[in-house]
Amino acid sequence: MNAEQILFIVFGGISLVGAVSVISFRHPIYSALALIVTFFAQAGLFVLLGAHFVAAAQVIVYAGAIMVLFLFVIMLLNLGTLSASGSIVGKLKGVAIVLGLLLAAEGIYIAVNALNETAVASAQPTAAPVTTYQIGELLFSKYLLPFEVTSLILLAALIGVIVLVKRDGPDTD
Amino acid sequence: MSLGLIVVLLISPFAGFLINGLFGKWLKGKEKLSGWISALAVFVSFACSIIAFTSVRGGGGMSGDEGILYEWIKGESFAFNIGFHVDALTTVMLLVITGVGFIIHVYSIGYMHGDSGYTRYFAYLNLFVFAMLILVLGNNYLMMFVGWEGVGLCSYLLIGFWYEKQSATDAGKKAFIVNRIGDFGFLLGMFTLFAAFGSLDFTTIFDSADAGNFQQIFGASTLVIATLLLFVGAVGKSAQIPLYVWLPDAMEGPTPVSALIHAATMVTAGVYMIARSAVLYELAETGEVVAWIGVLTAFFAATIALAQNDIKRILAYSTVSQLGYMFVGVGVGAYASGIFHLVTHAFFKGLMFLTAGSVMHAMANELDMRKMGGLRAKMPITHWTFLVGAMAIAGVPFLSGFWSKDEILHSAWAISPVIYGIGLITAFLTAFYMFRLIFVTFYGESRVESGVASHLHESPPVMWVPLAILAIPSALIGLLLGWGGHNSWFHHFTEHVFPKAHGEASGNMLVFMGISSVVGLAGIAFAWIRYRERVPAAEPTHALHKLVANKYYIDEVYNAVIVQPIKNGSHYLLWRILDTGIIDGIVNGVAAAIRLIGGTLRRLQTGLVQAYIVSMVVGIVLFLAYYLFVR
Amino acid sequence: MGLEYYLILSALLFTTGVIGVLIRRNAIIIFMCIELMLNAANLAFVAISRHLGETTGQVFVFFVMTVAAAEVAIGLAIIVSVFKHRQTVNVDEVNSLKG
Repeated sequence: MNAEQILFIVFGGISLVGAVSVISFRHPIYSALALIVTFFAQAGLFVLLGAHFVAAAQVIVYAGAIMVLFLFVIMLLNLGTLSASGSIVGKLKGVAIVLGLLLAAEGIYIAVNALNETAVASAQPTAAPVTTYQIGELLFSKYLLPFEVTSLILLAALIGVIVLVKRDGPDTD
Repeated sequence: MSLGLIVVLLISPFAGFLINGLFGKWLKGKEKLSGWISALAVFVSFACSIIAFTSVRGGGGMSGDEGILYEWIKGESFAFNIGFHVDALTTVMLLVITGVGFIIHVYSIGYMHGDSGYTRYFAYLNLFVFAMLILVLGNNYLMMFVGWEGVGLCSYLLIGFWYEKQSATDAGKKAFIVNRIGDFGFLLGMFTLFAAFGSLDFTTIFDSADAGNFQQIFGASTLVIATLLLFVGAVGKSAQIPLYVWLPDAMEGPTPVSALIHAATMVTAGVYMIARSAVLYELAETGEVVAWIGVLTAFFAATIALAQNDIKRILAYSTVSQLGYMFVGVGVGAYASGIFHLVTHAFFKGLMFLTAGSVMHAMANELDMRKMGGLRAKMPITHWTFLVGAMAIAGVPFLSGFWSKDEILHSAWAISPVIYGIGLITAFLTAFYMFRLIFVTFYGESRVESGVASHLHESPPVMWVPLAILAIPSALIGLLLGWGGHNSWFHHFTEHVFPKAHGEASGNMLVFMGISSVVGLAGIAFAWIRYRERVPAAEPTHALHKLVANKYYIDEVYNAVIVQPIKNGSHYLLWRILDTGIIDGIVNGVAAAIRLIGGTLRRLQTGLVQAYIVSMVVGIVLFLAYYLFVR
Repeated sequence: MGLEYYLILSALLFTTGVIGVLIRRNAIIIFMCIELMLNAANLAFVAISRHLGETTGQVFVFFVMTVAAAEVAIGLAIIVSVFKHRQTVNVDEVNSLKG
């Protein structure tokens, strides 16, 4: 058992435990914190896979920006007390778990059989990490248009959010 | 003869219809203008008809391709044209329609004075003339059918002209529905002809029929079936047994309409049609059926006319009876004689209807002749002109009816003495009921109600002048055209149109003329004896009279045998069971089923996001399973 | 480590997210679960990208992250305005679309 395997088990285990914690904690604050843990563990997995840029982005965008937003809203609405009780929709619980298990089984089946796909099987895995330079080159050449569209999506989201939460009427303070 | 002439002839009344129909509002205050435009339109047609007539007399005419105005319907193996056929028969019809039509238009200007529907009336009248002209001008059965339906429509519109009156609208509907039965026969006849000949053109059909060159779709009896079906159409349109019931009721319309449509022109369309199809009837040998129906109708209607007291109804039954004579004429193969009677009848019956209108005009629309009497003194012109008409129909020697009726009876003798005998009895009855009408209305004591009597007057010139004009041909046209019987001018004029009559009329014509004259005069004399001084309120009341006075209860029988079963069938079977039960049941059942399904399905629409996601995930799981394990 | 392990981990994380979406009634936690699923997808992207020696997979992760950021912003804004109107963020209490 080499270092990579050990690290994979560690990060993978943390992220799984984190994920299960997210859906298990009654209080949203705890869920949010568990989610941050999961994100960090995943960033570690990305490093293991040699994707340093993605790992950095994961920490900055997810664990940083998005999670701050979650926490901010939870605290703004003061949800802890409101939804402390009955956090699970009882009737659906059994159905949901059965469905989830089926889905997981199918996912694992796909994963195990992934190497049988010719395109995947014939590939030559490289250990060399992908550099930021390579990603940037792709982004600004082959994927330039989607990249620019992304900025439009962000702009639209920006405007949408302002419109959604803006108070109606002239009595703004 | 040019096509342009025919087009002008045809379009002129249609233009009159458009002007009166579309601009009637602006013509409202100018009654006279509206009426004269309409009359002028018909007069233009009349003038064109005279030109066409002289052309045909000089050996001209129009048939086949030269008469085609344009191709109407074109198919792979068939073509229907808007085309005209002009020969002696057509021009005779044209002259009658436009000539009598023009006089009646002029008369109407006075008669309809002050009516609120004045322009509408003239619009309909012009449209009628247009449709009637199409009927006689067409060079194929389809055009004839268009005209046939057109006149039927105008007849309906004009019978129900005073639509505020329930009886008028009922009469209009009755005429329309009864005619529909006949038209259905006509349509089937047309289909049969088309199936057999692949064409509806007169010339094509007649030539192929002569040569025996057609599809025997019903075997040897193809032509028999076709002609009998066409005859069903004629029976409806020309008011013969058993479809005559609409014509007496049609008298609800304005009197000039009765004169023009229900005496002179439209009702004779059936006679025209048979005369036009003479070739087919000769080949199919169905003429005898036509003759028998005709003579029975003539006799039957004449007996009903004996016991009526309504002037216009007597004239209506008389019309039915005289149409029967025409069918006898064309049925026994004497086509020229039948058409000749059509012409003379158009004049004298048109005249009598107009005089009846004149009487109504003076009597404040009173029609019951028991409330008249002694009108001779107050209305001399009306009296004299009516007398001329009555003498003509009664067969007084040398007046027009005498010639034409005699020719028909003479020809009938050669085919069947029985038909001749019934015809002769009918002639006697005709003379009798007509002079009963005259004596009761114009002679004897006045029984006019005092309120009406005070303003009893002769009609204005615009009405009596047409009467006087019509009286002249009523008296003389028979002599002019019919002198010489089967060698007369009229027979020579039309000899190229009709196939040779099969049985040459036998016996000395003078003998027949003598018998007819005696019979006619006897009828007049009998009427004179019975009604010269008698108050008709004291009519006999025995059973036979009652039966006849009630028109043999035919309307009641039809009502019980046909109308009520259909009504009940419609009400109980079609409406209650089929419509509300089955059809509505299916429709409502479908709606209820959908409501049920919808009601069930809407429970799925819980409004809970997670329920939706569950179904989505189920879908994903199933789809993946199918994709991974089944495919 | 082989590709299949990463993919199995990704599938498990994804399924956890799905179950979370199904059983929680707090809209914010449902959102977090959606983030979990997106991350699971990202993990699969990167793992396959490495296995194939392709950079494109990582570029797609970048796009996914942007869309996720936008989605979270909008979603949380909606939650805030729902809360303003109904004083709740429980999805089973927000059922105006019930048929």
